Amino acid sequence: MNSSASFHLFGWRPSRGSARRPHSRLARSALGIVLAPLLLGGCAAHSVQPAAGSITGSIAGSITVFAASSLKGAFATIGAQFEAAHPGVKVIFNFGPSSGLATQIAQGAPVDVFAAASTKTMDSVIADGEVKAASTFAANSMEIATPAHPTRSVTSLADLAGAAIKVAICQQDVPCGAAALTLFSQNRIRVTPVTQELDVKAVLTKVQLGEVDAGIVYVTDVKAAKGAVIGIQIPAADNVTTTYPIAPITNSTNGSTAQAFVDYVLSDAGKNVLRAAGFLSP
Amino acid sequence: MSRRGRPITSPPRIVAIPAVIALLFLGLPIVGLLLRAPWSNLGAVLTSRTSLDALRLSLVTATAATMVAFVIGVPLAWMLARAQFPGRRLARALVTVPLVLPPVVGGIALLLAFGRRGIVGQYFESCCGVTLAFTTPGVVVAEAFVAMPFLIITVEGALRVLDARVEEAAATLGAGRLTIFRRVTLPLLAPALVAGGVLTFARALGEFGATITFAGNLPGVTQTLPLAVYVGLEGDPSEAVALSLILLAVSVGALVLLRDRWLRTGASA
Amino acid sequence: MTRAMPVPSVPGGRAPAETFGLSGRIGVEREGFSLDVALDVEPGEVVGVLGPNGAGKSTLLRAICGLVPLTHGRIMLGDAVLDDPEADVMMPVNRRGIGVVFQEYRLFEHVSVLDNVAFGPRSAGSSRAAARLVAHPWLDRLGLADLAQRKPSQLSGGQAQRVALARALACNPMALLLDEPLAALDASTRLEVRSELRDHLRDFAGPTIVVTHDAIDALVLADRIVVIEDGLITQQGQALEVARRPATDYVARLLGLNLLRGHAIDGEVTVDGGGLLHVADRSVFGGVLVAIRPNAILLHADRPDGSARNVWTGTVDGIEVIGDRVRVTVVGPPTVMVDVTSGAIAELHLARGDRVWLSAKATELEVYRG
Repeated sequence: MNSSASFHLFGWRPSRGSARRPHSRLARSALGIVLAPLLLGGCAAHSVQPAAGSITGSIAGSITVFAASSLKGAFATIGAQFEAAHPGVKVIFNFGPSSGLATQIAQGAPVDVFAAASTKTMDSVIADGEVKAASTFAANSMEIATPAHPTRSVTSLADLAGAAIKVAICQQDVPCGAAALTLFSQNRIRVTPVTQELDVKAVLTKVQLGEVDAGIVYVTDVKAAKGAVIGIQIPAADNVTTTYPIAPITNSTNGSTAQAFVDYVLSDAGKNVLRAAGFLSP
Repeated sequence: MSRRGRPITSPPRIVAIPAVIALLFLGLPIVGLLLRAPWSNLGAVLTSRTSLDALRLSLVTATAATMVAFVIGVPLAWMLARAQFPGRRLARALVTVPLVLPPVVGGIALLLAFGRRGIVGQYFESCCGVTLAFTTPGVVVAEAFVAMPFLIITVEGALRVLDARVEEAAATLGAGRLTIFRRVTLPLLAPALVAGGVLTFARALGEFGATITFAGNLPGVTQTLPLAVYVGLEGDPSEAVALSLILLAVSVGALVLLRDRWLRTGASA
Repeated sequence: MTRAMPVPSVPGGRAPAETFGLSGRIGVEREGFSLDVALDVEPGEVVGVLGPNGAGKSTLLRAICGLVPLTHGRIMLGDAVLDDPEADVMMPVNRRGIGVVFQEYRLFEHVSVLDNVAFGPRSAGSSRAAARLVAHPWLDRLGLADLAQRKPSQLSGGQAQRVALARALACNPMALLLDEPLAALDASTRLEVRSELRDHLRDFAGPTIVVTHDAIDALVLADRIVVIEDGLITQQGQALEVARRPATDYVARLLGLNLLRGHAIDGEVTVDGGGLLHVADRSVFGGVLVAIRPNAILLHADRPDGSARNVWTGTVDGIEVIGDRVRVTVVGPPTVMVDVTSGAIAELHLARGDRVWLSAKATELEVYRG
């Protein structure tokens, strides 16, 4: 099985040798560490290699799934169901803001499946060549989260424009943040948030702690919080909907299992879990 | 190989191998940063509103945090080194906690103490309309929390090894406790104060986790350089690299500037 | 901060004000150590405190200046109580008005010589300029005027010692304590500094205590000697008396010196009471004291050959065992004590009344004005 060290903008990818030859892989990694500074010219080429374990291969081993923070609860359930259906298989999750995850993938993080909270983020990953094609599996809309024991009254989107109201949103490069800004502009409200958190769960935490009077999060986040926050619904006509795409990573080391997981998410079983969590059909 | 001239106390040559590895380990990332920086684009990025805001904010808050550390930290160091009081050992352990606490945990702890619902913070708003979270003073609080222990530990250590005999002489010449501290102890402490101050400033400048958790992230108000770098990484990585260069330059600049002055003080003493 | 009326030590300064004597019983009890000494020092008097290491000499000084609290007893300066544990009175160190010259001088390394000397007046509240004005005459007096801008690290041992003294005196202290003031100096510097120090101490109007382990220092600097061993006084009195009649082994070994008065001209000393001695130092003239250590004199049965310039004969008047040696008193003139080993006594079959010969090298005789 051939592999070669390759170089990318921010790093280099560890050689994707077969799992059957660990020693040469290690040796090549060591060589890569020494050679990397010498080849700082930065070859942008990357090798495209046939996935080890072909698409029709067995479902075994472990896979790493990068998923948007808002998918935390639902995917944990789906992961457990998948592991139960395929004994011996392990699903490892890395939840975070979609844009941050995309950057990690671009830097060569070992990952098998990517589920993002926005098509824009997935498009950038496709453009990088990490993913061939993605399928949409869910949709989500926004909701206002308020503290369980609020100090200030917030009953609608318009209230967020109040001078004394502290609002938290995600920062604009994160899908949730972009959605919040679209929400405000489309409803013509001028809101000055006091903080632009790094991901949607951080916004939820600030609301939960009572540090802010309101936060723009997903409907699924309010549901997952189970009463720790009070949700103020936004009428569908005013709301913003985001679609969630999912795809297996082209250079996954466990392509068969990765594809099986994606299929599971798209299946009825997966759809049930997502619906129960509050996601909309795509 | 010359066998003459090398003092017996200099390390054996073989020590150079791991030493060079250590140097490469520390140096290569910096070299990577410098080599991959978007030099052609640098001007535009560095003069953008985001960068200038973040730079100004970082310098102001780090300086303020260092000043806070001096004003309340040095007296604590003095007490820990020289005063006898019950619970002194506990106090000293408390001082080291922010050093081992993950910064994000520190941020949460600050929220629970000084946040709107915090044990003390809840009274700030009702009595004086003061909030710390999501404000620039909040950034100073977060930075001071993680950085002050550096100053305290440095100064306490120096005070412990300070020769108290000179202070005794000063007392026999008529100087009271405060005068002794001002005119004899502090000048002798100067190198430790400078070194501790530099460490504190550098630590405050680089703080991320506690700042974002306690003070939040808002450009111009609470988005310091490290936060801007992280945010930039999600949007435009080359911008993040450019901002990282600023941080690197400011940190190195501060270290070089202050070290010079320290060397001068040491020489004239 | 108030003090009793200061004692002027600058000649031509203010008219002499009141001077006070130091008196008290200094009791300090610590684990494995105890000190119990009754002391009285008149204004203008210089008391030399001698003793072996660990005897408590430094503790005595530290208790008097306030760095160590008394366990029992009382220290007074005039009518002012400095320390009285029973009455729970203790005047803090910085209020006592007692100048101290420490063994290692403890100068402030980060300021100039001038500012070191000005430190005391400055701490009393003077402005920097006023304090420096007070400091300058002291620099002049102690020959430090040229060194005013130097830093302590740039001074020699002798210079540093003088700065330490000037610094203490610039406070116009009411009493002066010196802890081994000459210990850190090499032999030749010590000679010069010692005689200068003697002059300065003579001019100081208040009580002075000098702690030393060197017999000659004590003899030159002090009017009265107090010997402390193991925390207690074992002997005190006029310097010459103590030297002639040591009460303990330690005193005998330390101070059992031959001290002869005489008149010196160009290296030859005519001893009062008879005898002529040759000394190496030819610069001293007039009334002098010649000190000869008992172990510097050699005892012979017959007239010796050899290069020693001092040779004389006498009769054995007394034989005394002190520790591991024997002290033989020989009536010359001059009359001296000679230390010999017990083996030598046996060999020479010495007995009272025997005629013996003595020799001593001119270089072994110390002569100084007295």
